[in-house]
Amino acid sequence: MKIYLDNAATTALDPNVLDKMTQYFITDFGNPSSWHSFGRDGLKAVDNARDEIAAILGAKPSEIYFTSCGTESDNWALRGAVYASTNKKKHIVTTTIEHPAILDTCAALERDGVEVTYVAVDSDGLVKLEDIKKAITDNTVIVSVMTANNEIGSIQPISEIGEFCRDEGIYFHTDAVQAVESEDLNVDKLNVDLLSLSAHKFHGPKGIGILYMRSGVKIAKYMTGGHQERGQRAGTTNTPLIVGMAEALKITVSNRDQYVKKVSELRDYLIDRVLNEIQFAHLNGGCIKRLPNNVNLSFDYIEGESLLMMLDLNGVAVSSGSACSSGSLEPSHVILALGVKPEIAHGSVRFSLGRETTKGEIDYAIEVLKKSVTRLREISPLFNVQKGEGSYV
Amino acid sequence: MYNKKVIEVFSNPKNVGEMPDANGVGTAGNASCGDIMKVYLKIEDDIIKDASFETFGCAAAIASSSVATEMIKGLSPEKALNVKNSEVVEILEGLPPQKIHCSVLAEEAIHAAINDYKMKMESESKK
Repeated sequence: MKIYLDNAATTALDPNVLDKMTQYFITDFGNPSSWHSFGRDGLKAVDNARDEIAAILGAKPSEIYFTSCGTESDNWALRGAVYASTNKKKHIVTTTIEHPAILDTCAALERDGVEVTYVAVDSDGLVKLEDIKKAITDNTVIVSVMTANNEIGSIQPISEIGEFCRDEGIYFHTDAVQAVESEDLNVDKLNVDLLSLSAHKFHGPKGIGILYMRSGVKIAKYMTGGHQERGQRAGTTNTPLIVGMAEALKITVSNRDQYVKKVSELRDYLIDRVLNEIQFAHLNGGCIKRLPNNVNLSFDYIEGESLLMMLDLNGVAVSSGSACSSGSLEPSHVILALGVKPEIAHGSVRFSLGRETTKGEIDYAIEVLKKSVTRLREISPLFNVQKGEGSYV
Repeated sequence: MYNKKVIEVFSNPKNVGEMPDANGVGTAGNASCGDIMKVYLKIEDDIIKDASFETFGCAAAIASSSVATEMIKGLSPEKALNVKNSEVVEILEGLPPQKIHCSVLAEEAIHAAINDYKMKMESESKK
């Protein structure tokens, strides 16, 4: 049995999306920038996809820019805002729990002399509007707060922060990559100026993303080399992937209510059973304002990556926020930001459910999890199996 | 990413568990860094008769512990002190670069256990 519980990392392509895309790889393959009929057919498909995506986001088609991924969109939003700013000193406000696409970009900009304020979150992983307000300076160019966190699923008060930023005349960007399946991403309701999306997080193809940019927002272009995307983002228009993304978004949005109901029930079932049946287990992040598919758990006295590996050996695919799986030896910056101690943060794993996840799969995953945690605690010097208790000292 | 050998050793580690009659016990690493290795040795007639470990850490740390304790069984403490982390890596047919420190930890835990044994012997001979 193989069970995929890592849908926050990526999702399977919807077969209907693949069907839609195929013709634009093979028959209608023309470059939308070409003047002949092949090109015109491609352009028509791209225009149509742009219209559909814009309608879903409550945006104008001219406000949708296609990029290669969420990371590119995040880079463009931040760098573009900074490079276009005429402020003598430039300042960015973001949070401590952003995706590396934001944090690493901020770090790079800091090396170029940009000031960045990283606003802390509470123990549920939520940022407070008051703290954003306090972080603003006269030099603030852009505020960037993710819609929902990728590791713990905390859903931020985007609309409120956006309203404040608009009153202040500061650009507001959100990385909404994790939020598409469950949240209403109407850009007017969210009060955002810039919003990043990535198709492969909602059963679309990898390699295509969106930057929504509100009319009137002036950010510098980031990719140069051609006139595509109204001169703002060069690079050959990726017709099949754009068509696929639009289709995936339509399917996702039309099934949203059903998805939220089904997946949040499974999420709560998983959390309840684990916390009841496995000792010394903790849920990271809060119970409310949490993505319906996100479960992040820490297990005391064991390390997350070895748990991930043991689950994988038994057919259950999850991700570890901890340690070395990502190539770094630090525990997850997100779990640490919640105030969790490093030794416990090291023992965290993320289960992210998908639209195809079944209760039977969750039951199986729980059985494997129980065995794996028991086995790793047998191996751990921090846990005494006879006494059934552990200590970090 | 791990190779097959590391995964194989991790999924079936040898010498796991506390050893009640150990006469040399050593620990390396700390929990906040994400790995602790505890090595138990039973040394008789200047030979490591038995070795076991308990490890809190990643798959590479557990696999390194298994291989390292296996390697030193039957050696004299002095020879065991010469076992290098690179030999552990070799038996595991390589570790990802950021995981090399796991093999170093195994070497350190063995050194700590042998030093513990030596100190016990010294204090006994003074009695």
